[in-house]
Amino acid sequence: CSNKRVKDSEICVPIVYGSMSFWLGKKATESQSHKWTVYVRGATNEDLGVVIKCVVFQLHSSFSNPVRVVESPPFEVSECGWGEFEIVISLFFRSDVCDKQLDLYHHLKLYSGDESIPQSTKKPMVVEYYNEIVFPDPSKDFFSRVHNHPATIVPRLPGALNLPLVALEDVLEKKKGDTKDHPLSQWFFNFSEADELLALAAARQQV
Amino acid sequence: MDAKDILGLPKAPLSLPQEKKSRPPKDSQRKPDGISREVYALTGGIAPLMPAIDISQWKRRAQSENQKEYALKISTTLTLPLQITWQWLPFTSSARKDNLQLYHWVRVVNGVPPTGDYSFAKYNKSVDVIKYTDEEYEKYLTDPTWTKEETDQLFDLCQQFDLRFVVVADRFQSSRTVEELKNRYYSVSRALLTARAVSPADVSGHPLIKEPYNLSQEIERKRALSMVLSQTKHQERRDAEVLAEAKRISESRMAAKASVFFLFFSLILAVQEPEFPVTLRVDPEIAGDSSPPNIPYPSGTVAPPVAETASVSASLRMLRVYLRTYALEQMVQAASSSAGLRTIKRVEQTLQDLGVNLKPKVPTKAVCAEHLELRKEILTLLNLQKQ
Repeated sequence: CSNKRVKDSEICVPIVYGSMSFWLGKKATESQSHKWTVYVRGATNEDLGVVIKCVVFQLHSSFSNPVRVVESPPFEVSECGWGEFEIVISLFFRSDVCDKQLDLYHHLKLYSGDESIPQSTKKPMVVEYYNEIVFPDPSKDFFSRVHNHPATIVPRLPGALNLPLVALEDVLEKKKGDTKDHPLSQWFFNFSEADELLALAAARQQV
Repeated sequence: MDAKDILGLPKAPLSLPQEKKSRPPKDSQRKPDGISREVYALTGGIAPLMPAIDISQWKRRAQSENQKEYALKISTTLTLPLQITWQWLPFTSSARKDNLQLYHWVRVVNGVPPTGDYSFAKYNKSVDVIKYTDEEYEKYLTDPTWTKEETDQLFDLCQQFDLRFVVVADRFQSSRTVEELKNRYYSVSRALLTARAVSPADVSGHPLIKEPYNLSQEIERKRALSMVLSQTKHQERRDAEVLAEAKRISESRMAAKASVFFLFFSLILAVQEPEFPVTLRVDPEIAGDSSPPNIPYPSGTVAPPVAETASVSASLRMLRVYLRTYALEQMVQAASSSAGLRTIKRVEQTLQDLGVNLKPKVPTKAVCAEHLELRKEILTLLNLQKQ
């Protein structure tokens, strides 16, 4: 079983998950005051379908069919409601990637909690978290399949290994599941690694 | 108050809340005087922002209404033919077998006492305890463990005490447990029902037939209940932990594709528990060839931070998948394991002073590595400062 894995390496998938909610303003009713979307996307809006088979969003039990299974990107669920609650986001990966699921927890935020700021129907309440899914010692199939794919960070292969590498063109021809043209993409956060690194380096100098 | 101007009403004094300065400000929502609390609650309870009527006028009106009500009451009692008196009268109850006559106060309307049975007689319910003849006993009801006298006595007591088996058991001549008495009573009743029925189909719906009393099951159930009741808090907690663990294990079992994977999974679960020391050697091929082998971390000794983070990274590598933030948390925990709570707080304070997020907003591999190094450096700095 071990010779099927690329040892001493890891494949990393940067993701962003969270929620975006719009106040419905005049159209708001008591039970449906906001329209919100909970989602998982690639951090650079690339297609996560190469890695993720499906995502299960577990909503509050007061929603009908609270367990929502999304089998293709964009991995998101949109609903109307009035309440804030914790959503369990379970990621299921493709068979050559990993057979264990990964759970994320996100608290749906609709209200700013600051009464002095009025709600606007144009500007949504966005809460996003950046994280990276790490697959240590990935399988060779997985490795060769995604090594060129922009959704993943794959280290350079050690010279000795000979793997059939999927050509970049083939990868791009596959169905576009990325979120670059997502209607709400203007609101996505820009997670800049550089900023954080700079801050950390400066701090280390001081210490 | 502009609306009032528009309506042309004189400005209300609204002096009620201001006059009573001793009361708390909440009383501005107090109901106005002159109207009963319940009626006021009907209208919504809180004063309308814009009273439609001038309050002083309202007060006067309400008072006059009250007076009218009272006047009406007085007049009716004196003029209308509705005369109510209370009399001490005898009564009997259909619930009694003897003809005992007791006395009580009775509300008499216009000289006519109320008719009908004693109002509480309807609550005198009793149970239909089945009665058998000697013949029937000989034919259907004999039992090796029960004599006829005992059975007769059982049924007498059941009738007398309305099937309160605990009382019956107490009064019973020979010492029988409640379950034994119940068993005898129900099996006799069941046998009689079946014997007297025209056809078995008639009685199959009867609860005695459909769900027969199960002696051994009842004894077991009561024993289990008393065990649960007498459990100590400690046992309760342990039970809950074991159940939670079992649930977790069975859930992970369901995720496994084959028995080989299942074994691997249960080992992975063990590694993920923070309390479990990393002493496992899962698969020598997977964990073996990389540089440092798993360093066993015996609990109780204080290993240097370097060794601990190495063991954490080894344990992380054994996971199939994990989040970067999880990895960082584990590393931070390992690096700070030799530090006390106060030191950890000081590390976090230092991070904040330096303008660094306690949990990186963009946890990439590089960022996490830098963050970890920074934490370690702060820790070293603090330790040096202490000396």
